[in-house]
Amino acid sequence: MDPSQVATDLGWWSVPLAMFAGAIRVSTPFLFVSLGECLTEKSGRINLGLEGTLVFGAMTGYAVSYMTGSAWTGVLAAGIAGSLFGMLHAALCSLPKVNDIAVGIALMLFGVGLAFFFGKPFIQPTAPRLPSISLGEWSDISQVRVALEINPLFFIGAALAVAMWWAFRNTRAGLIVRTTGDSAAAARALGVSVLGVRFVATTIGGFMAGVGGSFLSLYYPGSWNEGLSSGQGLMAVALVIFARWNPLLCFVAALLFGAAGALGPALQSIGVSQGYHFFNAAPYVLTLLIMIVSSSKVRALRGAPGELSIVK
Amino acid sequence: MSDAVRDGTGLPAGAGMAEWRDRIGRSAEYLAIPLFALIVSAALFSLFLLALGQSPGQFFQLLWVGGYGTSFSWQNTLVRSAPLIFTALCVAIPAQLGLVIIGGEGALVLGGLAAAVIALPLAGTAPPAIVLFLMLVAAVGVGAVWIGLVGLLRYGRGVNETIASLLMFYIAISILNFVVEGPLRDPASPNKPSTASIGEANMIGNVPGIDVHWGLPIGILLCVLLYLLMSRTTFGFAARVTGGNVRAAQGQGLPVGKLVVAATAIAGGCAGLAGFFEVAAIHGKANASLIAGYGFSGILVSFLARHNPLAIPPVAILFGGIAAAGGLVQRRMGLPDATMVVLQGLIFVVLLASETLYGRFRIFGGKR
Repeated sequence: MDPSQVATDLGWWSVPLAMFAGAIRVSTPFLFVSLGECLTEKSGRINLGLEGTLVFGAMTGYAVSYMTGSAWTGVLAAGIAGSLFGMLHAALCSLPKVNDIAVGIALMLFGVGLAFFFGKPFIQPTAPRLPSISLGEWSDISQVRVALEINPLFFIGAALAVAMWWAFRNTRAGLIVRTTGDSAAAARALGVSVLGVRFVATTIGGFMAGVGGSFLSLYYPGSWNEGLSSGQGLMAVALVIFARWNPLLCFVAALLFGAAGALGPALQSIGVSQGYHFFNAAPYVLTLLIMIVSSSKVRALRGAPGELSIVK
Repeated sequence: MSDAVRDGTGLPAGAGMAEWRDRIGRSAEYLAIPLFALIVSAALFSLFLLALGQSPGQFFQLLWVGGYGTSFSWQNTLVRSAPLIFTALCVAIPAQLGLVIIGGEGALVLGGLAAAVIALPLAGTAPPAIVLFLMLVAAVGVGAVWIGLVGLLRYGRGVNETIASLLMFYIAISILNFVVEGPLRDPASPNKPSTASIGEANMIGNVPGIDVHWGLPIGILLCVLLYLLMSRTTFGFAARVTGGNVRAAQGQGLPVGKLVVAATAIAGGCAGLAGFFEVAAIHGKANASLIAGYGFSGILVSFLARHNPLAIPPVAILFGGIAAAGGLVQRRMGLPDATMVVLQGLIFVVLLASETLYGRFRIFGGKR
């Protein structure tokens, strides 16, 4: 798995190759969290707690995979755990005067705390991991073969992005979610339960974030420990703003973030260790730059759901 | 967040009886509902412990002993309360303007790092008083710039301050790691990357009589000063108007941009001060020990104090006690070290849910 154990010396070419591989490997959790958040935000609510959901999903996925011996059962359990967090967020925000951003911050801390609490016994044992699909059999270069070992969840996420993009435009459910997000009053006039739609959208969003977390512990990096996620869930939330609430752009943005995240390890593998910490900071700096470029002082963001508290 | 604005509003002299009654009722409400939230959290946490087969009675008894039971535990609690006061102020001041800043931990880390960086070349050559003064200026300055930048981005580009400040926390960690593993690494500390020690002579001492460093009294003093700034000055009034309604503030010609940047810079300076005391009074050097979670616990302290600077010290002492008792609970009950994080998270969630209770009880002045 480690790109540094190479047979062929590719020199600097290994950097773009590792970034390509990284873009696919590292992007998957970003993709799931950002698609989940995209759905939640489209319904008019922001869930900042997905970082906590991601970490709790990673722990649950690993623990269940270890206990049942099936990695896919772990993925499902992580999704269910994530949807419970989503339900909690939605239920609290349904109460009048309760602020969705503050609840998100609280659930971020609560989710991480619970994950560390219950995850303690699972740091040592080895759980079954998710398998990958080998698409690089045609190549003689081991790095290329490694780069084309792709996890099925990546394809599921990509298909989900397309399906969500299509559904938002073409289905009744998509229309209801968009209407609820743009104007609660209009949705009420249509006889739609605003709180109900947001409850479902936040719950499904939590499910996806949980699945994204299970990818971290069950595939890449592929183990459970307390330093597993460092802000991926939060970056994914920022990424949705950059993607202008468009699932297809979420997919592109997730790839971009994956590549940025792979830059540090890729340079390290060819012996560039100077400024290594700054390459590790690259995804955060990139997120911040993207937010600076894509935000605007004077007008509401294009494509933003009208009910969303961060753009009001 | 505009509810915070109502807090501490001075009514004009000669306000009628009804207004006074209303004011007292409101104050009682601000005290009663957070207390109720704490009790509900304790009850829910007891259920959690019972479900795990642990004894809630033992837990709360250890919490009391470890936090407030002996003079040693009081000292431990107060030492942990000091940084919480500063990081809570980092949340409370911007909250008056309706901003939710959660990256105080980053300003704490960089403030501490700046203090150590400026002290190292001076240690042994300059008088300790001057070294300490320069450390203080560096820590406050770096903290103020770090969070002030968040305010600048918020006002200048409309960048969401909550997400930006948390992203900048991760960037701050990278900067700390780079400095302590690279240019300023102390070769004498091979296992834990760290800067060299600033020297015993340059450490700030304890308050005479109690074994607690100067951060605690200075933090309490700062809370009083910032309360007066926010409730008794034109600046504070303008800030609260902005927090209530940005467009109205702009319509009145208030300098919203300057207010936002000033408030975030003050906030960052407070968090930087926490870093200064962690380095100058406790660690004596900058390393990963600075990332102790004070910035994140400070968010909860500020919310529980309803962003009122005067309420911050008692709440900080409550959570300092919870943190101080962590080790004892861990050893005696065999619970993981994350137990206290779970308790804090639970309190935070219940507290926010309790927001919905405001204005619902007649006893506090009826429906609003």
